[in-house]
Amino acid sequence: MASIPPFQRALDEHKEEIWRFLRGMVGAQAAEDCFQETFLAALRAYPRLRPDSNVRAWLFTIAHRKALDHIRRRRHETPLSGKEERAAPERPDREIWSSVAALPPRQRAAVLLRYGCDLRHREIAAAIGCSEEAARRSLHEGLKRLRETI
Amino acid sequence: MSTRSHDPIAAALRAPAPEAAAAARRFADRAAADRRADLYYAAVASPLGELLLVAGARGLTTLHFVQDDTDATLEGLALRRSPRIVESAAALDRWRRELDEYFEGRRRSFEAPVDWQDLSGFRRRVLRATAAIPFGETHSYSSVAAAAGSPRAARAAGNALGSNPIAIVIPCHRVRHASGGLGGYTGGLDRKKRLLELEGVQR
Repeated sequence: MASIPPFQRALDEHKEEIWRFLRGMVGAQAAEDCFQETFLAALRAYPRLRPDSNVRAWLFTIAHRKALDHIRRRRHETPLSGKEERAAPERPDREIWSSVAALPPRQRAAVLLRYGCDLRHREIAAAIGCSEEAARRSLHEGLKRLRETI
Repeated sequence: MSTRSHDPIAAALRAPAPEAAAAARRFADRAAADRRADLYYAAVASPLGELLLVAGARGLTTLHFVQDDTDATLEGLALRRSPRIVESAAALDRWRRELDEYFEGRRRSFEAPVDWQDLSGFRRRVLRATAAIPFGETHSYSSVAAAAGSPRAARAAGNALGSNPIAIVIPCHRVRHASGGLGGYTGGLDRKKRLLELEGVQR
């Protein structure tokens, strides 16, 4: 019988990749709030999900929206908070993370979804709400920029 | 463009995020505190092994001995009730506390609410009659059937008890053969015996 699984399963299965995505999008500090908002919105809408839906892609769509909301809000904040701590992991990764943080949001999302979370182009397009071609382009440009700066 | 494992960019973006587990727990706890989900579950330790407890706003819907059917139990509830099911020990705390007291011999009846919504017809009547059997007493299958309005349906009463969704709290272990034989128990006869011993029932 077709049914959607208990919400806890979606949380267990996808928490880590959603966290990884948000960490790259908004930094480790803000990732916590975005993570909570993402799963709260998902829990609210969950019973209306169709049984054949791709829960994973749906969660990434919500997470992407929450990350953009956060980025937009931050833009309106005082310049003082502009240089706040971004991605967390220490070690030589630091340089990569600051380059990721410097990407325009759409390129950043595309790179994170592809290389951090293994989404396919079609899924990336769905998550960030653009055409597959546009997702491919964002990914390509983002990656090019990253390689140049590192 | 392929992702190669030695690619430092891919490696950094893929770095594990151990913080996610704690964030997920915080989410579940807050969802429970704010009543955002419809059902909550927790695995609870007991002298008879691990128990799966599930409860919603109306009360306890499930108490199973954990025997690898946890997933099936939760899937069934997702289908019948709501898929908004979240794991939260805090949400099951009142039932857990009463069960602890019961197993320590300090409690003879349960007060935290039980959700009867999924139970109907003869099955409901049998389980209602069973819920009325006091601590430390046993009734026969036929007397439970009679109390449910069908004195000749002892076997059907046994089946209804076998599908009791809320073991211990609905004390189906207090129903046995008139001869004194234990009868059956979905959680295993050994558990039934130990529950009756705990309640001081003489064999």
